[in-house]
Amino acid sequence: MKLTLNVWRQSGPNAPGKMVRYDMPGVNEDMSFLEMLDVLNESLIVKGEEPVTFEHDCREGICGSCGFMINGKAHGGFPKTTVCQLHMRHFKDGEELFIEPWRASAFPLVKDLMVDRSAFDRIIQAGGYISVPTGSAPDGNAIPIPKSNADRAMDAAACIGCGACVASCPNASASLFTAAKVAHLNLLPQGQPEKFDRALRMVTAMNEELFGSCTNMQECEATCPKGISIENIAILNRHFVEASFSERPATAEVGAG
Amino acid sequence: MASTAVANSKLHQSLALYQTAIGKKYVVAVTGAILFFFTIGHMLGNLQIYLPNAQEALANYAKLLHASAELLWAVRLGLLSCFVLHVVTIAQLYNLNRAARPQGYVRKTPTLSTYASRTMYLSGPILFFFVLYHLSHLTLGSTHPRYVEMDPYHNLVIGFRQPLASLFYVIAMSMLGLHLTHGVWSMFQSMGLNHPKYRNLLRNFATISAAALSIGNISIPVCVLLGIIGKDLV
Amino acid sequence: MTLNSRIPGGPIERAWQTTKFNMKLVNPANKRKYHVIVVGTGLAGASCAASLGELGYNVTAFCFQDSPRRAHSIAAQGGINAAKNYRNDGDSIYRLFYDTLKGGDFRAREHNVYRLAEVSVNIIDQCVAQGVPFAREYGGTLANRSFGGAQVSRTFYARGQTGQQLLIGAYQALERQVASGQVKMLARTEMVDLIVIDNKARGIVTRNLITGKLEIHMADAVALATGGYGNVFYLSTNAKGSNVTAGWRAHKRGALFSNPCFTQIHPTCIPVSGEYQSKLTLMSESLRNDGRIWVPKNAGDRRSPDQIPEDDRDYYLERMYPSFGNLSPRDISSRAAKRVCDEGRGVGETGLGVYLDFRDSIQRLGENAIRERYGNLFEIYERITGENPYKVPMRIFPAVHYTMGGLWVDYHLMSTIPGLFVLGEANFSDHGANRLGASALMQGLADGYFVAPYTITNYLAETKLEKVSADHAEAKGALENATNLTNRLLSIRGKKTVTQFHRELGKIMWDYCGMARNKQGLEFAIGRIREIREEFWQNVSVPGSGSDLNQQLENAGRVADFIELGELMCLDALDRNESCGGHFREEYQTPEGEAQRDDENYAYVAAWEYKGENAAPVLNKEPLSFEYVKPAQRSYK
Repeated sequence: MKLTLNVWRQSGPNAPGKMVRYDMPGVNEDMSFLEMLDVLNESLIVKGEEPVTFEHDCREGICGSCGFMINGKAHGGFPKTTVCQLHMRHFKDGEELFIEPWRASAFPLVKDLMVDRSAFDRIIQAGGYISVPTGSAPDGNAIPIPKSNADRAMDAAACIGCGACVASCPNASASLFTAAKVAHLNLLPQGQPEKFDRALRMVTAMNEELFGSCTNMQECEATCPKGISIENIAILNRHFVEASFSERPATAEVGAG
Repeated sequence: MASTAVANSKLHQSLALYQTAIGKKYVVAVTGAILFFFTIGHMLGNLQIYLPNAQEALANYAKLLHASAELLWAVRLGLLSCFVLHVVTIAQLYNLNRAARPQGYVRKTPTLSTYASRTMYLSGPILFFFVLYHLSHLTLGSTHPRYVEMDPYHNLVIGFRQPLASLFYVIAMSMLGLHLTHGVWSMFQSMGLNHPKYRNLLRNFATISAAALSIGNISIPVCVLLGIIGKDLV
Repeated sequence: MTLNSRIPGGPIERAWQTTKFNMKLVNPANKRKYHVIVVGTGLAGASCAASLGELGYNVTAFCFQDSPRRAHSIAAQGGINAAKNYRNDGDSIYRLFYDTLKGGDFRAREHNVYRLAEVSVNIIDQCVAQGVPFAREYGGTLANRSFGGAQVSRTFYARGQTGQQLLIGAYQALERQVASGQVKMLARTEMVDLIVIDNKARGIVTRNLITGKLEIHMADAVALATGGYGNVFYLSTNAKGSNVTAGWRAHKRGALFSNPCFTQIHPTCIPVSGEYQSKLTLMSESLRNDGRIWVPKNAGDRRSPDQIPEDDRDYYLERMYPSFGNLSPRDISSRAAKRVCDEGRGVGETGLGVYLDFRDSIQRLGENAIRERYGNLFEIYERITGENPYKVPMRIFPAVHYTMGGLWVDYHLMSTIPGLFVLGEANFSDHGANRLGASALMQGLADGYFVAPYTITNYLAETKLEKVSADHAEAKGALENATNLTNRLLSIRGKKTVTQFHRELGKIMWDYCGMARNKQGLEFAIGRIREIREEFWQNVSVPGSGSDLNQQLENAGRVADFIELGELMCLDALDRNESCGGHFREEYQTPEGEAQRDDENYAYVAAWEYKGENAAPVLNKEPLSFEYVKPAQRSYK
């Protein structure tokens, strides 16, 4: 089949960008979206033009590297699908597609369809972990975890950090990403000691990274390739406010020996 | 080791909550909830216009509300501050959210978001102007053609006989319905009350209460214009 | 070169304990004075960098992706083995050791494998404590399943995303150290050369993938955890970015490369659908627990599967290996699939596929039970192929999945260059000629959490390390080397794209150095690869510049290394005149068509030494001795 692509081209963060039109004949319906872009890039290189830069790695929907907007929807808006797992059979012959990078202040553009998502790493650095040094763990079965809690934690932990939630949110909010991590760890007994601290620190970090606020519109949930529920955002809100009210100043005294 | 980042946090504890987007959303949710309960009470009071002795009932109701000036003003100030906080906080969030995406998309297609949620920034400002007009119209009387102190029945009927005024009320109350369809549900979510078991229940509660409020309020100017209410007044 | 594997004496059960006790320690106050570089942030790299940071070392970690969380460990689906014996089904450290060694067809070092089994139990504890949401029973205890040919249930899993969850756990531990300042994380940075001073690894040269800037990073020790080289085949289940460059450039600096021809072909992948195909997707092996594998009995039977009656179906694994059936190990199952396809009995448009059929399980257990177990895998399959596996049998075909070979390391995971440690899939050490399912995650985390932090400490404590700076001639030389390479690639401006070369190489490798190899084919392949290499350096087209983000340039450097590695793989395969595990030489098979090992002549680790661009590599041998498990023919009948 034949498609017309409008792709955002921008050579660097400070360069001007624009949509560029490409005709794509001979698209096979079993191709993935990225394979279709591979074909485009090969043809551009042969013509002596610069290929389109886009991020990708595992191409099986789990590493979270890939992602851009297709016709105004993150990853194309198909349920539980990243662009690398989106196959061309979902498109119609002759269709015109608009391909744009994630847009958010917190995700500065690097080149073409590639953006810098290191803000997510910094949110994790603020508290998205359980402080357990190597070697200090009790037996894996020492603390039983109700299956339903383990399952809910797993639902939240499925996040691949692709940034679709931010991209599709009308406010470029990172609430779903942050909430997924807080919920994952706070639902487990191992996460309890740092539960409130974690919520406070991660929310503060999220704020400092220039993400917008959640207005409960559910766009994130709809385009999340892992189908992570906004129920997690409610959990985040709850733990954050509990934490704000129950927080105490840290005790300064440290044991000296 | 800087293990307690909370201590490092630049934000003072009591202000910390408000300085974050989540804290702001709490403020919006709590003030929104208070305003929501007020609008329900307000509507129920007004629906006394359908009682057989409406003029007397409404006058008595007005007297009851004015029984204690201190209490009345306390409530009024409380509502006013809720209103102001609600609006100011939203304005701040609006700016934050605009700054979070300075460059928009060439194409953006909504998926799961409701029409109501996408039009909050439209319904909100309309309601803001409506409240100003409504206070001048039926509380202060300054924009009312024949305002009579402490006779709400008279003021309503005469006021709503002006088609333009009524039209604005109908539009504004439709906006209120739209606003609350998202707002009430959103309030639960912002306050951390969401659960797969109750998600639909909360959604339905929001939609039904918003519709009821909207229809209840709209019915009054419509009935006045149709002559169903106020036949006794010239 | 003599290879000292530093295997400790005494009984194997005490070997690791004794080694740890005999190791030198670094005073806590001195640890921060040491700088360790960790390249790669998959399971092995992230866990190693985090653990070293916790110990107090000054660590710099590198990854080429935009975040350490993207490393390809994330794609492992099935699970992680540990000898916990939580099922009371007779598992033990010794049994895991035995199974792994036997599964590797007796081409791994006993002591390494024993240690792997020994620390496996600690891994599970560590991961649970980190918040890895492993599957649980209703009573709240950890769930297990049997996996990949094991007869005990020792595999722990988190849905079909075990690798993801383990990696996120290690990533979070790493980010905690980044926050505390112990680890400096440089993402989007690729290692392009190793700096060796006085025969010790003292740093690396990197390319910043955003700015193109080449930089020198000095250190007291370097740990490579850069994964496998399956992408030498172009099509594999590896991530597109997975590459051999870090390991290969270290090899060129003197680290020996071991058993490069030992590659694992995974039996259950989604078949290739067309020329444009960029990668292959694995379907977790766990599917074989309930799916039955078959092809039509008669060659050329093109009927749709529901039209083929029971009598015309050949459930060939159940027929050939009655006791293991559909759960036969990976190398055995892959080869059997190749054999039936070679007989013209393959299914699907290309004839390169076999059915994995859930009809009987759905009848027995109901569709819901199957959905509960494999729902997400069925979704992936349907998303890719557009076919509903609840109704139509899946089509699967073997694909390159894992490489057992890698840089040679001793018991301390140190390569032949002192101070250069190699962890995880990048080394050759634990899986012999074939890796068992759910063992890769185990090895990555064992190396990173529980082995390298000890052995690197020991190295730093016992080695006299001169102060060296980035101005050292060796460092500057390595930088210049890297600059020249970039310029050379950019100056060719030929006609063929990097991908075209890569595809060509991949096809040669798959056809002649894939599931079955023979002398003639390998010799032909070596010739072809040399031609490809020559043409590459004359005709490759790399657009853009070196001082900018340039994905084609990155890829060109990687493909250049794959071409050289490909040749070495064929040489290694040609040299090993036996069949073992994933290495199947057609000339060496039993009358029933099984791999025929030659323990007399080939019970050794091949360790290749680089001798220069146009010189033949030199083969060194590390003999393998088996004191605890006597080599026997693997039989799964």
